[in-house]
Amino acid sequence: MSEVAVLGVGMHPWGKWGRNFVEYGVVAAEAALDDAGVAWRDIQYVAGADTIRNGYPGFIAGSTFAQALGWSGTRVGSCYAACASGAHAINMARAQILAGFCDVALVVGADTTPKGFFAPVGGERRDDPDWLRFHLLGATNPTYFALYARRRMEVYGATPADFARVKVKNSRHGLANPNARYRKEVSVDEVLASPVVADPLHLLEICATSDGAAAMVVSSMEYARRHGAPQPVRVAAVSTVTPTFPNAVIEMPNFATDSGAVSAPAERTFRDSIAAAAFEEAGIGPEDLDVAEVYDLSTALELDWYENIGLCKEGEAERLLNDGDTTLGGRIPINPSGGLACFGEAIPAQAIAQVCELTWQLRGEAHGRQVEGAGVGLSINQGLFGHGSSVIVKR
Amino acid sequence: MPGWFTTGDPPALLGTRCASCGTYFFPREEALCRNPDCRGRQLDEVELSRRGRIWSYTDNRYQPPSPYVSADPFVPYGIAAVELADERMVVLGQLEPGADVTELRVGQEVELVLGPLYEDDDHEYLVWKWKVLA
Repeated sequence: MSEVAVLGVGMHPWGKWGRNFVEYGVVAAEAALDDAGVAWRDIQYVAGADTIRNGYPGFIAGSTFAQALGWSGTRVGSCYAACASGAHAINMARAQILAGFCDVALVVGADTTPKGFFAPVGGERRDDPDWLRFHLLGATNPTYFALYARRRMEVYGATPADFARVKVKNSRHGLANPNARYRKEVSVDEVLASPVVADPLHLLEICATSDGAAAMVVSSMEYARRHGAPQPVRVAAVSTVTPTFPNAVIEMPNFATDSGAVSAPAERTFRDSIAAAAFEEAGIGPEDLDVAEVYDLSTALELDWYENIGLCKEGEAERLLNDGDTTLGGRIPINPSGGLACFGEAIPAQAIAQVCELTWQLRGEAHGRQVEGAGVGLSINQGLFGHGSSVIVKR
Repeated sequence: MPGWFTTGDPPALLGTRCASCGTYFFPREEALCRNPDCRGRQLDEVELSRRGRIWSYTDNRYQPPSPYVSADPFVPYGIAAVELADERMVVLGQLEPGADVTELRVGQEVELVLGPLYEDDDHEYLVWKWKVLA
């Protein structure tokens, strides 16, 4: 059996205060410990998801949080995988438990972010694709989101109103989420009236950058039973796959794809493969999902994700949205938390926050935004430089 | 950026090609072939196709942060992802100044040109751009 139990989850609300990321992380960690009924001193491993814009303490987040919570001698690990950092930290903790090196672990990710675009890390680095794409092209993150959105319009006939409806849906979902930064319903007209950032995407269609923190306490199934949690939410899969050569879809932060001139095309696109690996590990398929949290960096990207996780065929995502299938109350609600549309992105915390939401959903504790009878959930995103990120939870 | 493109007439992007398996790389790989089935260590400079077809396009309406150097005041500009047929790769580039994003279509043919990236007291720096063919 390769499942671990989720004993506790906790978050610091998302917002923009400019405080030290460690403060947010400790709030989330203590909330997760309290939710689990586990004392900090009983934690045997801390998995920290790093932040790269907060100096050295951010590069070794595991020990930063361990020190902030109070040195206890616990084992520690830290990881960075861009937007996938949180899922990779969950995977680190899970692997320690499944290998039998510890029984109970804490996973934490937290960030404090600048206003506006994410810029590359400071300094002049002419070998670094993330530096070069800004220097040579001014290719911001929204540039890439807009390229994908334009493809959906020209290849599948998607319209600006279709994209705007993703934001409308998510803004309604987020009204009931106390951790969401933006809790205000918006209309299609308001979305399309907001300024264009990168054609065809408007300001309200692109997620903000936020401060925030999320944490989880995970344990072996045996520890969970001894601890009085006989039927916990369980992590059934974590996908951390990389692309297959040739990666034919242009992706941040690159400004060219691999060349497919001599190699056979990859069996699946990278994003499809992230989900496929998670399904295979969990022994389920997309038809078994009750709920999903997907990384809506932009409205149009959420629609791409519907197809990547196999909810529908290529080109059909707009129909799924417009039929109400992915709205609360529909067949397969997506982003009942409100998504990045309501949170903005706090990089190392976000993938953990996705799993916190799924945990509340599977426990029946997502008040005001509950997916009735949710028993299987999936989270998915990808981090720059080829980091897959997907977690499947079951109850 | 030396070695990224020729400044001749007509200009071309410079990539490298693995002498063992023939895979193209842009930006250049100098020491390693990134084909997982090849351990090639000899990569030869090669000019990439000068023409391609638009895979997708957009425009930047807000000034990108440093290290992008913008004109002041900032003027929005287009960016296109262009598919090169022989190399079977997609390459991003700015669109030629004045290109009208509303007139573009996926599949349109474009051609490589050079244009100004920015200027300082010593130098005008060039970068590759895509020009839409009529």
